[in-house]
Amino acid sequence: MDDTVHRHAPGRAPARRQLAAGVAAILVLMGCAFVLPRWLLFVGTMAASHGVVTLGIVLMMRGGVVSFGQGLVFAAGGYAAALAGMYWGLSDALLLVAIGGIGAVVIAAPFAPLLSRYRGIFFAMLTLALSMVLYGILVKTTALGGSDGFNLSRPTFFGIGVEADQGNFAMYLLAVAVTGLLGLAARVYFDSTRGLVALAVRENELRVEYLGASVRRLLATDYIIAAFLGGVGGALTVLALGHVEPNFSYWTTSGEFVFLAILAGHHSVAAVFVAALLLELVRSFSALYFPNTWQLALGLFLLVVIRFLPMGIGSLWSRRPAARPASTGPTA
Amino acid sequence: MTAPILEARSLSKSFGAVVAATDVSIDVPQGQRVSLIGSNGAGKTTFVNMVTGYLKPDAGQILLDGRDITRLSPRQVTRLGVARSFQIPQLAAELSVLDNMLVAAACNAGAPSFLRPARTPEAIDAALAILERFDLAGHAGRPVRELPGGVRKLLDIAMALVGKPRLLLLDEPTSGVSVDEKFPMMDTIASAIADAEIAVLFVEHDMDIVTRYSDRVVAFYSGRIIADDRPEAVLADEQVQLYVTGRRKHA
Repeated sequence: MDDTVHRHAPGRAPARRQLAAGVAAILVLMGCAFVLPRWLLFVGTMAASHGVVTLGIVLMMRGGVVSFGQGLVFAAGGYAAALAGMYWGLSDALLLVAIGGIGAVVIAAPFAPLLSRYRGIFFAMLTLALSMVLYGILVKTTALGGSDGFNLSRPTFFGIGVEADQGNFAMYLLAVAVTGLLGLAARVYFDSTRGLVALAVRENELRVEYLGASVRRLLATDYIIAAFLGGVGGALTVLALGHVEPNFSYWTTSGEFVFLAILAGHHSVAAVFVAALLLELVRSFSALYFPNTWQLALGLFLLVVIRFLPMGIGSLWSRRPAARPASTGPTA
Repeated sequence: MTAPILEARSLSKSFGAVVAATDVSIDVPQGQRVSLIGSNGAGKTTFVNMVTGYLKPDAGQILLDGRDITRLSPRQVTRLGVARSFQIPQLAAELSVLDNMLVAAACNAGAPSFLRPARTPEAIDAALAILERFDLAGHAGRPVRELPGGVRKLLDIAMALVGKPRLLLLDEPTSGVSVDEKFPMMDTIASAIADAEIAVLFVEHDMDIVTRYSDRVVAFYSGRIIADDRPEAVLADEQVQLYVTGRRKHA
């Protein structure tokens, strides 16, 4: 992130350089698909798709609110993609992912104006309540498989059907490309005038209103953007697993995304995906070597991060604008 | 005489049994510097809050350039060219001084954009230019939470000026500032508000500052205006001396 005050620094384009680095990182990660073992590709797919859901929470956190109910849009996106595959016969993975994002927006958008009136624990609990309502509905809907959910057939990729052993490979490439591009878009947003105003909303809503911007509109829009991201993440997850179930909307799922958001902090987009990858790795290895204790490992991990990196693991590499001593101008 | 930019007509406001404004009427022409005086609870801040849309009067009308703004929100009033500063500075404490200014610029340029970068060299230059008028440019990179109170007060006013308002309301600009610093601070503010067209209303308790920096003084007592005239005349008024300034008559 660009922080210091450079008045006359010609030829400096940090934003563009940062985006170029982001594109390069995405390409490298996609290139990794050719060398990494298949199980690790699956872990990467899960990290990317859970990371993009978390990115939505981080986006809201920048405006000062935390959703404890992203399971709502995660499940909405997952079910939307799965149902579009089942009833409309669609099989193109990218199309299904887009349907997931849009489906989540359709479900979440009506609540955005209401939610934008609440802050803090009330916002968190209301979003949680909405996700649990969806959970309740999904569990009771036998047409959708009830609490077991249902399976869906393997997607195609741009008209090409893939064999079973190529599935992980193709899903990984798609997940990295889609979530990577959304991550870059988020970076553009965070560095924009609107992104900066969101940071001010986090600290002083009254002033932002008195400067002429609508705080509620900003928070409502952020919630809808986060819904899209959550829906995309849900759809990617469902396509990778080949299965969808009401647990997507259960509160522990939502809690995991909040966990990731706190782990990552709200200053770095890359940190969100790094946090998601760490979580998936811890989960895989704990499940392998210490069955049923991986929550313990996660708890300790979070404790250490909160104690030593209160701004999240993103603070390891992205310094905050305010954290640097003044380096400019005549000292008054 | 130019047409008034602000016309407050018979504003009344009460909070339960507490009457904060009764029949308050003020016309402010372009460019006038008006100080609002009165003891605590006299209705000065209530008046500022009604003009800026934070409070809706129970009765009466507020016109800006002849347009009714009585029922508008602070956001809408701001967009019409009214800005205010606060008795307790309202800033984003974790952001730098410069970023606070850029927030003000971003809000002012219509709806903030998803795509327009916030920290362009042009935006930074424009923000620094205003900060320089307030002698704040040296603090630009510092987070607001590290700044002393007087600097925060100035930044609060600097942010209000970003939107090039035509009417500026300052709620106790020198409160919390030491006696020695009050005059230098008012000098800074007066010269920073370079545009003589801006009408400025400021709430103030220090009568020396009132005398030196205003064209006109409006004295409030118990929700009513008890005097409205040139500073010398208002400060000589018997009621004002009794209820506001507390100065005894000499002879």
